[in-house]
Amino acid sequence: MSTTADTHPGRRPLSRVLGRLGGYSQVATTVVLLAIMLTVGATLYQNFTSPQALVDLLGKNAFLIPLAVGMTFVILSGGIDLSVGAVMALGSVIAATLLQQGWSAPAVIVAVLLTGTVLGTLVGTVISKFEIQPFIATLAAMFLARGLCLVITDRSITIKDALFRKVNLAHLNLFEAQVTNVRGRTRTVDVYTTPSVLIALGLVLVAFAVLHYTHFGRTVYAVGGSEPSASLMGLAVDRTKVMVYAISGFCAGLSGLLFSFYTASGDPVAGIGYELNAIAAVVIGGTLLSGGAGYVFGSVLGVLTLGTIYAYKEFDGNLNTGWTRILIGGLVLFFIVLQRVIASRRWAR
Amino acid sequence: MGPEALSTAPPPAAQPDVDPIVEMSGISISFPGIKALDEVSFRLFPGEVHSLMGENGAGKSTLIKALTGVYSIDGGSISLDGHAVEFTSPAHAQRAGIATVYQEVNLVTNLSVAENIFLGREPRRLGLIDFRKMRTDAKRVLRTLNLDIDPSSLLSTHSIAVQQLVAIARAVDVRARVLVLDEPTSSLDQREVEELFGVIRRVRGQGVAVLFVSHFLDQVYEISDRITVLRNGRLVGEHPAAELPRLDLISAMIGKDLAALEALEEGTKREATERVDGGALVTATQVGRKGTIEPFDLEIHRGEVLGLAGLLGSGRTELVRLLAGADRHDQGEVRFDGNVVKLRSPREALDRGIAFASENRKTEGLIGDLSVRANIVLALQAARGWVRQIPRNQQDEIADRYIKALDIRPPNPNQLVRNLSGGNQQKVLLGRWLLLEPKLLILDEPTRGIDIGAKAQIQKLVATLAEEGLAVIFISAELEEVVRLSHQVGVLRDRRKVAQLTNDNLAVEDILEIIAAEAEKSP
Amino acid sequence: MSKLTSQRLVWPVAVLVALLVANLMANHSFLSITLQDGNLFGPLVDILRRAAPIVLVALGMSLVIATRGIDLSVGAVAAISGSWASMHIVSSSDRTSVGVVLVAVVVALVMAVVAGLFNGLLVSVLGIQPIVATLVLMTAGRGLAQVITNEKILYPDNTPGYKLIGGGYLIGVPFSILVAGAIFALTAALTRQTALGTLIESVGVNPEASRLAGIRATRIILVVYVFSGFCAGLAGLMLTSNSTSADPNSIGLFIELDAILAVVIGGTSLTGGRFSLWGTLIGAFIIETMNSFVVIAISPRSTDVFKAGVVVVVCLLQSPKARRWFGGVVRRPTGRRTPPPTVSPTAPDTAPLSVPAISVPALDGDHTQDLETRTS
Repeated sequence: MSTTADTHPGRRPLSRVLGRLGGYSQVATTVVLLAIMLTVGATLYQNFTSPQALVDLLGKNAFLIPLAVGMTFVILSGGIDLSVGAVMALGSVIAATLLQQGWSAPAVIVAVLLTGTVLGTLVGTVISKFEIQPFIATLAAMFLARGLCLVITDRSITIKDALFRKVNLAHLNLFEAQVTNVRGRTRTVDVYTTPSVLIALGLVLVAFAVLHYTHFGRTVYAVGGSEPSASLMGLAVDRTKVMVYAISGFCAGLSGLLFSFYTASGDPVAGIGYELNAIAAVVIGGTLLSGGAGYVFGSVLGVLTLGTIYAYKEFDGNLNTGWTRILIGGLVLFFIVLQRVIASRRWAR
Repeated sequence: MGPEALSTAPPPAAQPDVDPIVEMSGISISFPGIKALDEVSFRLFPGEVHSLMGENGAGKSTLIKALTGVYSIDGGSISLDGHAVEFTSPAHAQRAGIATVYQEVNLVTNLSVAENIFLGREPRRLGLIDFRKMRTDAKRVLRTLNLDIDPSSLLSTHSIAVQQLVAIARAVDVRARVLVLDEPTSSLDQREVEELFGVIRRVRGQGVAVLFVSHFLDQVYEISDRITVLRNGRLVGEHPAAELPRLDLISAMIGKDLAALEALEEGTKREATERVDGGALVTATQVGRKGTIEPFDLEIHRGEVLGLAGLLGSGRTELVRLLAGADRHDQGEVRFDGNVVKLRSPREALDRGIAFASENRKTEGLIGDLSVRANIVLALQAARGWVRQIPRNQQDEIADRYIKALDIRPPNPNQLVRNLSGGNQQKVLLGRWLLLEPKLLILDEPTRGIDIGAKAQIQKLVATLAEEGLAVIFISAELEEVVRLSHQVGVLRDRRKVAQLTNDNLAVEDILEIIAAEAEKSP
Repeated sequence: MSKLTSQRLVWPVAVLVALLVANLMANHSFLSITLQDGNLFGPLVDILRRAAPIVLVALGMSLVIATRGIDLSVGAVAAISGSWASMHIVSSSDRTSVGVVLVAVVVALVMAVVAGLFNGLLVSVLGIQPIVATLVLMTAGRGLAQVITNEKILYPDNTPGYKLIGGGYLIGVPFSILVAGAIFALTAALTRQTALGTLIESVGVNPEASRLAGIRATRIILVVYVFSGFCAGLAGLMLTSNSTSADPNSIGLFIELDAILAVVIGGTSLTGGRFSLWGTLIGAFIIETMNSFVVIAISPRSTDVFKAGVVVVVCLLQSPKARRWFGGVVRRPTGRRTPPPTVSPTAPDTAPLSVPAISVPALDGDHTQDLETRTS
């Protein structure tokens, strides 16, 4: 007794599979693109896709992952956060300054994460309570965070703390791999990664669980899908909006910590333009910029894509940095036009 | 299905000795420039289906939103089970046991069917959502509506009708004591309506009070125990459904404040033979748009007023939007002066001389933050392009002339349009189109929500324009007005043009009968 | 109309005056203007000169914002045009030639216009939301500038003809101030002497009503983004010619934010509609005067913190919800109704019914003829 069109029981599994695939089609596009870019890299440069190089795609961009994760929450809810790069820099500067003043490393870590979260909560409150556009409220937060960085210090501060150093230098061996060097000789090396990567990936797993398996996470999608509907369904729209910006602030703080692990310093002008990279990673990862659809794993793929583009530059010293930016812009353009086409086709149906 | 269903429906459960679940008394709500509800009282008893009827702007949706916590009320009180309540949000009303399905589907289409049913009260295990249980529960809920769809499919992959049923599933499953259904059937087919009514009867049997809104009279009579009629934000009456004949219901909805306009009738009432026939201007042959309006034929002559009558949702606005280029038609052809024309945008229609004054003055007509002058010259300026601005002194002269001719108050061309009253806003809009000297002027509800004097002026204007050779399409929910002004009257019902009448001493009742006729039964 | 405009400008002007007074208290020679070699010098002249590129970009931004849009790419566009012009001059054999500088300027501006066209097409034809559409060029544009300069920092400043644009003098006044003034006059003429201003506002206030009134919104939006690109390109020339070096990474960095800030301070709402060019001008002056004050009186390092404060205060002032919140005029705690109550006077719809019947006004004058020739 069906009242819908799909009365043929045999058709259901197929349509279900197609529906699922449809949801992931943009992520699939990203995977294909990433594969093509890696293949191109491998043909152009030796060892581009060696195990260590592949692992390093994450290692060298570990601090970008929390930014992209936080941005995913915000964009899924239908907002945008322009402050993440500046908050990341603020986190690294606060860490370096407090360590210099003799704070213990755990206390510093808590302080940095707290700063990011509080800042994000403030921004979220302004956005939801006073209905100020996310774009402009987070712009103010960006000025504030960058300004605070410069008020604290106008030069980069080196970190000498033992724990921070340790995290920076630690190599976690993953497996052994055969590597062929330029002269054609093969030897066995340990492929390693850093604690930062594990922290970042841990965050991704937690974010995935929160987004997909908690009431709050599903509400984020609902608010991004249609704020008025979510409100009429009795969901706590305002609280959800405050929380996504708080999460984004927390992630930016964490990113600041990872950045200070990686560079062993706190730099007030670090991360200029990183908000663009984070947005680009999210868009390339297939998340709809208007909100409501996307996956946090897609954003990780987005970071990997950016990492691959940066790797081109690393492997080819003569390559103009400009091309990496043009490539990123081009990919963003490709994905937003793709989203537009998909949306209009859905609309026409 | 009508009579049969009526006979099987149980008699109204509302007895004087049963206390109402909901009692709204003296509810008033104002919006800037308009009193949406004026001391309306409304009662809802357990175990009854109570229909709320009224034309567009009667205040149905406002009353519902007051009940469900979307709007806060300016005056009056709401009590639930005899206790005064003040809902501060939809969530608040839901917690109190009032579940609502709104006119437009208010779900999130980017989530799964199951999530849309359970969002806010998801089954959990170890703090995380238990999707398996959610799917099973969703399956069970959907089965009560005979809806066999995959609960984990995205809502957006389903038709609007299915989405609406899912919204109903969500509302029914919360075990509410009050179920509010605001036009739940507008996108459902006959079968789906039957399923829905089955569910409504079941929950009614369980003592739930159902508030039902629909503009399909058949459905209202099939399911309702009682009917409350609103008009212009006021309560007209509350009747047991069995004691309210269709014609009485419709005239209650439409209203007969004829007396006030009696004086004008002399001057504007006309016979079909009187008109200056300048030949066919626009001919539409089987023009239609899928899902919006069935293909229709229509011919309008120069110097003719064509009235369109029909209830809200009958397709009267949708029809004229095709002629105005506001929506594109996907069937049939339109001839203008004998030549086939494409009307793909309002610009193209305007270039032919077709002007369209929408019924939604604020959202589709005026530019609220611009002055009266700028609004009047806007369409003419758009036609000239942005380079050649109409010289300032000419703008002033035009504005002054139309302010005077149309009696726009206050007579200040610099006044921002959003600060004008409804009637004066309508006149500004009329001025904009008259300035273009169109060949066909389409007026959709030009007299709605404006006071009686302005109404009379606009009616006179329409008559004068036709005498001067202009073709006019005039839409109004007030049939007296349509009959008084029109040479021809087209009647619409259920998104279909069902009749065209020549106004040869046409009576309001003739049109009423066509509108109220039961829809032909599907085989 | 002028009364209305001036009322909207009361606050920005008051803030500007307050900042000028603060500057004067911090630096007693703040208002002194001296003549050296026939050229004007002084703190005020410096503020005007530094404000010139922001004024340019903010003028274009005002029109974009009035259509409910935003242009984030202006900084990158400035980098493109500035880089190309510098590269052309530096790599030419004869730097002193007027022709070389002219070609550099013209081609750079054409590139900026093309960039604006690209943004406009994405927004108006493809219907991509402006913040996203212009993000593309914001990212890729600076890359393009790097490719143009081959990642080198260029030094075009010892080219007399080019130096004039940003750092030179004409009849004793800094040339950049004259350019910004001329573009301001041009924008004012473009928007108020043609119907562009009204049509832009119309599209920004109510896009659907504008469409039904027959406005070709696509073209209007295209024009606006092209103009914004042009202004950004001109600002890029000004910035590179005035500094000793042209680094594609830093030309016009964050100028989009300053420009948006100037527009918002000037009283134009980010939600589109009515715009005020005078407001934008004053907004740009406020930013530079504030910078000057913070640098003199506090510390150059805290300018960003002050900017953050200004953004927050201005936005809260513009937000009806915040005003109600702080003003304590909340009629009810749950005032969730979207249209806020207006207190403006409304007249009754009509006078008594004795008004004579309306006759359709006959029209004469050239506009009706226009209409006839158009429709026939």
